[in-house]
Amino acid sequence: MAKKFHVEIVTPNRVFFDDELEKLVIRTTTGDIAILHDHTPLITPVEIGRARLIFGDGKEREATISPGILTVDDSKAILLTDAAEWPEEIDLDRAERAKLRAKERLESQKKNQMDETRARVSLRKAVNRIEVAKRKK
Amino acid sequence: MAGAGMQDIKRRIKSVDSTKQITKAMELVSSAKLRRARQRAEENRPYFEKIEETIQGILPHTKEVQSPYLDQREIKKTGYIVITGDRGLCGGYNTNAIKKAVTHMNDREVSVIGIGQKGVNFFRKKGYDLDGEFVSISEKPMFSDAKSIGKLAMELYENEMIDEVNLVYTEFVSTINHKPRLIKLLPLQEKEVPEEFQERDEVMTYEPSPEEVLNYLIPKYVESMIYGALIEASASEQGARRVAMESATDNAEEMIGDLNLKYNRARQASITQEISEIVGGAEAQK
Repeated sequence: MAKKFHVEIVTPNRVFFDDELEKLVIRTTTGDIAILHDHTPLITPVEIGRARLIFGDGKEREATISPGILTVDDSKAILLTDAAEWPEEIDLDRAERAKLRAKERLESQKKNQMDETRARVSLRKAVNRIEVAKRKK
Repeated sequence: MAGAGMQDIKRRIKSVDSTKQITKAMELVSSAKLRRARQRAEENRPYFEKIEETIQGILPHTKEVQSPYLDQREIKKTGYIVITGDRGLCGGYNTNAIKKAVTHMNDREVSVIGIGQKGVNFFRKKGYDLDGEFVSISEKPMFSDAKSIGKLAMELYENEMIDEVNLVYTEFVSTINHKPRLIKLLPLQEKEVPEEFQERDEVMTYEPSPEEVLNYLIPKYVESMIYGALIEASASEQGARRVAMESATDNAEEMIGDLNLKYNRARQASITQEISEIVGGAEAQK
């Protein structure tokens, strides 16, 4: 069995995850990366996307991740993110509503730069949540 | 006449008693809120600590990185973010935070971002330069509130409207102990880093680059510092209110005790007087 390493996922509201993993796959600003035991020390920003947490023994879980920062160091990974959810925690209705709202806002005429960026970000978050929640079923 | 005095005392007892009921209720409410606020503060702490750790780990490696947030400019105007409550009746909580800020301000040219009605009112009345006000968030601060405050502060800083950002809040030490604290947010300063920590960091890879990481991390750092401070302050406010209301309730109880004693004495006196009048009257009839 592959060696495991320690992973912590921390959000402002709670410690989301704190356990040993065999592999962590996560989307950074430069693309998807996988972290294994004894990874080189690394700090990188993380994008909106899903994280795959592979426990070994065929066990695997997925979670939605909001922007954040990943620090790998001494075979320990710490992910600081604005928000993280397990698929079963996602409120699908709410995500759908958020998606609609963001789309409407993008299509409407009166908007400024600021609103547009924000709408884009919330659209991506909503789509990401919906995808992860649906994949579960 | 003694009867009239008794009426007065009775009325006072009633009024003190109704005040006591209010303070007692407020005490209970703030203990419930305190419990919640404390829990939030505890939940946030790991995030807060980790972000500080990360940023302190990066700073020694970014000497060559150009960022306005790292520049120590000449200080012409100092910005203060002052966190107070929206409401009073919490002992010295608001005053202490304001005093801490004002003492530090001294003769500097300052600009204030006020959080909480009490602080905003104070700085407005005294004619301070208010660059932003955020009210009715201090009881239940959200991360998005911290975001907008942080954004405003960073905008002011970037446009060189202010050359330094200080954050004043009340640290929650324990339920009965709250300490007003001032920390410097911007420009970022390196703390003393233990040597072994520095050595280990030499091999650290920054993807895509230290600049990128820092550009992402600094706003996050400012936001999470503000969020942490908001949460601590809200716990402190509830704690201070609880203590203040507890002592108000105790005082009311003591007052009611005193007044009851007075009332009984007055009653006794009036009875004695009445008896002696009757006896005197009967004596005269003989």
